[in-house]
Amino acid sequence: MRTISAADITAAVARLCVQANTRLPMDVDCALERAHCTEPWPLAQETLNLLRQNQEQARKQKLPICQDTGMACVFVELGQEVHIEGEFEAAIHQGVRQGYGEGFLRKSIVGDPLRRVNTEDNTPASITVRIVPGDQCVLTVAPKGFGSENMSRLAMLKPADGVEGVKRFVVETVKLAGPNPCPPIVLGVGIGGSFDKVAALAKHALLRPLDEENPDPFYEALEDELLEEINALGIGPQGFGGKTTCLGVTIETAPTHVAGLPVAVNVSCHVTRRATEVL
Amino acid sequence: MQHKLTTPVTREDLAPLKAGDTVLLSGIVYTARDAAHKRMMELLDKGEELPFPVEGSALYYVGPTPERPGEVIGSAGPTTSGRMDAYSPRLLDLGQAVMIGKGARNQAVKEAAVRNGAVYLAALGGAGALMAACVKELEVICWEDLGCEAVRRLKVEDMPLTVILDPHGGDLYHSGPAAYLDSLN
Repeated sequence: MRTISAADITAAVARLCVQANTRLPMDVDCALERAHCTEPWPLAQETLNLLRQNQEQARKQKLPICQDTGMACVFVELGQEVHIEGEFEAAIHQGVRQGYGEGFLRKSIVGDPLRRVNTEDNTPASITVRIVPGDQCVLTVAPKGFGSENMSRLAMLKPADGVEGVKRFVVETVKLAGPNPCPPIVLGVGIGGSFDKVAALAKHALLRPLDEENPDPFYEALEDELLEEINALGIGPQGFGGKTTCLGVTIETAPTHVAGLPVAVNVSCHVTRRATEVL
Repeated sequence: MQHKLTTPVTREDLAPLKAGDTVLLSGIVYTARDAAHKRMMELLDKGEELPFPVEGSALYYVGPTPERPGEVIGSAGPTTSGRMDAYSPRLLDLGQAVMIGKGARNQAVKEAAVRNGAVYLAALGGAGALMAACVKELEVICWEDLGCEAVRRLKVEDMPLTVILDPHGGDLYHSGPAAYLDSLN
């Protein structure tokens, strides 16, 4: 048994909120750089160049890369041999409160979906916990902006729709989103599970670095096919036209029912953010 | 083609703009998102004045991050404009000339832009730090309770924008991707 204090969790979450919002993950940065090099359409190339300049400016000015500093999605892999001293979830919310306050990040959360009063400190965080073997606590903060979140979709397909049905639905989602989610986008796709599970898979898929292959060659190939089809749509950076509509597609799957084929597409933008710390 | 414009603008200033052109905008720009638009509609319904001179005005759909001490503004990129579709035609008919945001608009907004000789310009979505650099002065002019959604009066210099909807019915979100796809054939 190893003890981790709630205060340490709070401090780590606060750091991660600021880090994630001011520095792009290396893999997303590299994907943007690669797109800039391979984009043939002049206006699109210029637009990608400006997006890279924005990152530079954010670094220099210590500004968030995007003003929508998002809903704080916090993923925890908690070793089963860890004892938390203090209140675990409260510690995470406190970390978000602290990070968004001290980091001059935008508070974008309303406490109730219909009465819509801002909580003023960006809490509560959206917390997902997985209990794993070991004595570590791995914290990932993935702030999610809603320009892209609003373009996400879920469908309960029929098993007969098969892989073609899944592809149709994913590509249709990108077409419907058009310029709204700030392309070039990143797509997290969930396939299988149940109605609730498939959405969680899609969200979790966005945590996989874009330069990391899908461990299953079948789905690795499907990711490549989807990326190619999406980048043939012509939407381009910011929807102004061009090749670079999507930087990467990541798929996560789960066993499902004989009668179903759930699919969910979580749309993310060129500012796909995540930062991780191991306690 | 690149145009330099200073607000307030006239119909004549905007007439040469075509979808796909770029604009460097200077002068006064007011910020407003959904919540502020809703309140503006309530004022108009009651027959009251808007909190800013609407004729020839530019509205930027943005909710910036809080400014650090000594800084003018935080990160300040555009929000999705479609959420303002329900309100924009009424404001355009009253004289608003420039909408600044990102993402698709509906048919009613396009028609109102053509009817009034107005334009819809895109700021770079997700490029909040770059947009912030063009803002020289900031003042919250009303509805401070809305936080990042309060109406702000910004003084901007050479804000880089792209014409999406022009006064002649052009729409870059259609013509841009179509032109790229044509170039492949």
